[in-house]
Amino acid sequence: MVLKVFFPSCCATAESGLLIGRWIPEQNSAVVLAVVHFPFIPGQVKQYLSEVQRVTQINMCVLGSWSNSKQEKEGVLDKFLEDLSTIFSHEPWIQLSKERDSKFWSCCIFQKYPSSPKEDEFILVYYDQRKVMLSQLHPTDSLTTSADHEGNDASKLGAVFDTVAKSKVLFMTDRYDDGPIKLTHWQSEGVEASIIVELMKQASVPVCMLLTFLLSLVSSVCKSRVMKFWPLSFIWSKLSTCEQLGHRLEHLQIISSNRKAQNQTQLMRKANIFVSLFIDMALGILLMSWLYRENRIGQLADTLIPVADHIAKELQDLLQWLMGVPAGLKMNRALDQVLGRFFLYHIHLWISYIHLMSPFIEMILWYVGLSACLGLTVALSILSDIIALLTFHIYCFYVYGARLYCLKIYGLSSLWRLFRGKKWNVLRQRVDSCSYDLDQLFIGTLLFTILLFLLPTAALYYLVFTLLRLLVVVVQGLIHLLVDLIDSLPLYSVILRLCRSYRLAASVKFRVLEQKPGKPLRLLMQINPLSYGSVVQTYRLTTYACYPKDSWSSLCKKLFVGELIYPWKHKGEKQD
Amino acid sequence: MEAGMYRAVSGGRIALQRRQYSASCREFSVRCPRLQLRSLSAATCSVWLAAYGLFVLSQNSMVLSAAIFITLIGLIVYLHFVKIDQESLLVIGSLGIQMTSSYASGKENTTFIEMSQVKDVVINEAIYMQKVIYYLCILLQDPREPHGVSEVVPLFQSSKPRLDCLVEVYRSCQEILEQRKTSDFTRTLN
Repeated sequence: MVLKVFFPSCCATAESGLLIGRWIPEQNSAVVLAVVHFPFIPGQVKQYLSEVQRVTQINMCVLGSWSNSKQEKEGVLDKFLEDLSTIFSHEPWIQLSKERDSKFWSCCIFQKYPSSPKEDEFILVYYDQRKVMLSQLHPTDSLTTSADHEGNDASKLGAVFDTVAKSKVLFMTDRYDDGPIKLTHWQSEGVEASIIVELMKQASVPVCMLLTFLLSLVSSVCKSRVMKFWPLSFIWSKLSTCEQLGHRLEHLQIISSNRKAQNQTQLMRKANIFVSLFIDMALGILLMSWLYRENRIGQLADTLIPVADHIAKELQDLLQWLMGVPAGLKMNRALDQVLGRFFLYHIHLWISYIHLMSPFIEMILWYVGLSACLGLTVALSILSDIIALLTFHIYCFYVYGARLYCLKIYGLSSLWRLFRGKKWNVLRQRVDSCSYDLDQLFIGTLLFTILLFLLPTAALYYLVFTLLRLLVVVVQGLIHLLVDLIDSLPLYSVILRLCRSYRLAASVKFRVLEQKPGKPLRLLMQINPLSYGSVVQTYRLTTYACYPKDSWSSLCKKLFVGELIYPWKHKGEKQD
Repeated sequence: MEAGMYRAVSGGRIALQRRQYSASCREFSVRCPRLQLRSLSAATCSVWLAAYGLFVLSQNSMVLSAAIFITLIGLIVYLHFVKIDQESLLVIGSLGIQMTSSYASGKENTTFIEMSQVKDVVINEAIYMQKVIYYLCILLQDPREPHGVSEVVPLFQSSKPRLDCLVEVYRSCQEILEQRKTSDFTRTLN
């Protein structure tokens, strides 16, 4: 049976001593975590190991002995090492030795009850202890669904990574500590710590508490008053700015909560949200500084009214064209005039309303622009809402045209059934035959003819205003897509993948080191990082995205029948 | 270490190198036909002739700089993302199987599959247009469910060696996989 020994590359130059680590019997592999140096008292070593085992929950034990013979005391050392195997009984006892100036190691094991008579083969796998400890393995989908991790760890690599990651407390003692035991591991030259990180940890507690208090105040205000009054709650649900603000509020609540992140996924999520908020606010402040320089707000307000006027003028020209002979088609004169005049009057009302508001526009814009400091996403949502408000009359026209057209279509289909002598059975939800009286048939046929000949006019108005409405919807959709992108992109994970790629590990890769026949096989285990696509996919933040709910075919059907379409309808539920 | 010259499915010459590191560790490298200077200069010349023709028609010198830019970018993209120089398979009994593809620009793409997920290594045949081609693939299994094949991973996709080369690799792999089966058997006996 092949015996695998995972040896940390930092211990390759260590002095002779004992190997401590974890033995995984189902995979016949030993993970070496540190080397204990002479002199030591066996009782103290055992006590220390039991303490570490209690804290880290790993089955740590003495695996064997390590001899780095720089000195020439070979004979005495060999006997001594054999005696050690009787003190710390472990099945099997691994003896690694390295000769001076030689790259190749030799490895032999002692077993009290040899399981198989034939010679055992060894594989030595070197691993970078610091990188393996810090990295997080992302297995592929087939392995993630296992619920019982502790029981049968089918993944060998998962077990190795798990062991090293959990034994962090072992690496906290360095060789300058005055303890009974001298260890060698990756931090034995001195425990690494960063002052900035420690300071930030200390400072973050009161900041988090303050933030939680403020946020609870804000959310209680939101929940108490808005739900009571009907107009406010209606506006709240319609405006996308409020939705975005609510979303960001939730994010802030997640970050400022006092509970520590339970596992790696939650930690990454918190970090991603924090970086996303930070970048958002930085971009928002940048935008704000650009807007408020050189009186750009004033310029914007000055151009807004002429733009609204221009749109209204274009719409009026369009209606005049429709009232005439549009594209060479001959319209029904009376209906054409009625509809055209109705819409023209509507536009006239809208324009006078805009002119009424014009003195206040600059002030409103100035204060609304201040809210861009809350983030670029909020500014974009405000832009989307302003577009919606400015094109409200197009929305109204679309609704009128659609309702009229829908009414015509339904009327036509029902009268067509009457024409053929059939009826729609509401109870059975199907078409049944029916015998009509003569006067019913007469009126029905008359109405059918009227509706049929008025259809092209209504259909043309419907077509024109639907196209305009779709244009506005597409523009709004693009803005929402951009907001969504900024919201959901896991920037922290992407930057981590760029700078510290060993922290996000997809798998490992092995490299075969120089071989010598008769000596055990030596492999170097390196971390294979995740690809950028899988990083983004794994750590994407949940959003309130509103992608088109209808497929293309149902959309076309709705357009044909005249039903009102809301392709970007928010449902208020989270979508990944 | 043994080497041999074989042919790919397309007819190009490929070289197979076999190395045995220990009783349960073997490596097979297949070297694809290199980028030919002929085809590179042909492509470059055609692009530049087209660009020069456009320049003569439109008298806009931006066309020429655009052509140079496109050629450079295209060459870099081709070398870094498309042209595979060597594909190797490292089989370590009791650890797993590792596949590496190295691109012409030096980039290496590695995939490692643990031995518990490997069910078997087989040669499959596929019908591609008017040809029947053989390819070596690894059958994966779910460790909790040892009787089903969850995935098929084809090997040597870019070099596409012919059956004689594949048979050599197949025989060597099967020797190592046999060892795994006997060791599993002795373990269950104990």
